[in-house]
Amino acid sequence: MTENRGALSLIFLIVLAALVCVVPMISPYEYDQEDLDLIGQPSPPGRAHWFGTDELGQDSLTRVFYGGRISLAVGLASALVATLLGTTVGALAGFFGGLIDGVLMRFTDVVLSIPLLPLVLLLSGLFRPGLAMLVMSIGGLTWMGTARVVRSQFLSLRELEFVDAARALGAGNGRLIVRHILPNAAAPIIVSATLAVGSSIMLESALSFLGFGVQPPTPTWGNLLKDASPWIGAAPWLALPPGLLIFATVLAVNFLGDGLRETLEISR
Amino acid sequence: MSPQFLLRRLLGVVPLLLGISLLLFIIIHLAPGGPLDAYVDNPSVTPEALAQIKVAYGLDQPLPIQYFKWVKSLAQGMWGYSIRSGRPVTTEIADRLGATLLLGGAALILSMSLALPIGIVTAALRRSAWDHALTFLSFAGISVPVFWLALMMQLLFAISLGLLPVAGYETIGSSGVLDRVRHLAMPAVVLSLATVAAWSRFLRASMVDALGQDHIRTAYAKGHSTMGVLIKHALRNALLPFVTVVSMEMASIISGAVITETVFAWPGIGRLFVESMDGRDYPVLMALMIMGSAALVLANLAADVVYGLIDPRIRYD
Repeated sequence: MTENRGALSLIFLIVLAALVCVVPMISPYEYDQEDLDLIGQPSPPGRAHWFGTDELGQDSLTRVFYGGRISLAVGLASALVATLLGTTVGALAGFFGGLIDGVLMRFTDVVLSIPLLPLVLLLSGLFRPGLAMLVMSIGGLTWMGTARVVRSQFLSLRELEFVDAARALGAGNGRLIVRHILPNAAAPIIVSATLAVGSSIMLESALSFLGFGVQPPTPTWGNLLKDASPWIGAAPWLALPPGLLIFATVLAVNFLGDGLRETLEISR
Repeated sequence: MSPQFLLRRLLGVVPLLLGISLLLFIIIHLAPGGPLDAYVDNPSVTPEALAQIKVAYGLDQPLPIQYFKWVKSLAQGMWGYSIRSGRPVTTEIADRLGATLLLGGAALILSMSLALPIGIVTAALRRSAWDHALTFLSFAGISVPVFWLALMMQLLFAISLGLLPVAGYETIGSSGVLDRVRHLAMPAVVLSLATVAAWSRFLRASMVDALGQDHIRTAYAKGHSTMGVLIKHALRNALLPFVTVVSMEMASIISGAVITETVFAWPGIGRLFVESMDGRDYPVLMALMIMGSAALVLANLAADVVYGLIDPRIRYD
């Protein structure tokens, strides 16, 4: 089971990605289409609306899967930003050492010492962000772990003989970093990038749940849960699908990351 | 551990705190509206009044001077006044700190008392069905969105079963211990879940390491019971890294209560933070950010010191 967990998780994530693309397209409802007959309070799941509707008469199924597009996209993009930033910082610090290393790592320490969720909340509250700004602030505050890992890889790799050999052949610093050392540090970067997708999705939904992330009518799993929470007693069916999807997605990403770590570490 | 090390480590905290305050200062001043954002949006505040407030707060001075004065007054304990209530920021926070410490303390005790046995059992019964089940559960624990879990628990235990209050700190009029415990139960469980999961996995890993050592085989060979070896020989070694992780995360339990306190209407500093976000109450927000960061920094320091104290092999020079 442990061996298959990663593969099963990957299949789940691919299916999920396909669903969030397809379902809003084939659904008879738009994600922000309000049914005036159903307005006022949520209506329960039925033949016309499989997941029910919210208090504005919007189809919950369509909103959940359309929201999935946003949540997954924000998660992937934020993880990409975090990985690029972390890899750059870690590579520069580890390769050059000395003053550059000192400055970059002290800066990393500073960012790591500020509680993450309040800081992201503060940023999104201050800048009232759109999606791009949201991605930047999540990615811009979660790169530190990757930077530390990449730095330690570079510190040990730069001492190896193949680096000397490449340097003797005339390779400059840029080429050494990107073409020679970076590929050898790929395994831990891939693992932390994978895990970053999960934590970014979690962070985005937490922000949107608290009202400081993506704003309605654009749905995400987080703000769907925020909208569902006042109705938790009267219309529990609204809170179930988005929560389960965040849970399943993050769980699958964590299993995948763990599986990748085991596979890549054993093969090294 | 030498006093010199302790002193140097303590002195290292100062530049870190300065760095944190500088970063927060820059963020606040980069924002549209700046520190007076709450007044900018307020239609009853005229541009002239805004200019006066600016001068009164010293916000017309050059940024480096503002930063210097701000840090100086922070260090002197002058943390300013809340924009929303007009009360001193320190009073505002002191009023809420108790609730957060109660919730955080309960979550901490809960986390410890669950993570220890789970970590030991999963390491001792490695690759058994128990191990797999508990490992799966701990993955679930770190993957579940706390706000959703909180909603589901409210639905089950409060709305459907009627066992516990949905939210809040106390029932108006009754202030007994039992009433407080009933209000505390769900938030404490929700807040501790992620820590239980993370800590038990961490303890399992260090227990597995410890169990692989030669002295464990020797202990078995001398005829010690399994329990004795686990507790006396393996756990004592495995606890060393565990203690540092726990002391590092104490601070994050306290500051991680933002979501839990919001969902359960728990009147602590996490909820104060979200309320201050809504009101753009920057003096309170900055004070809370500084306090949370300082708590993190000090917890890291404590972790280092504790590690040096309990493990005589560790020498910092």
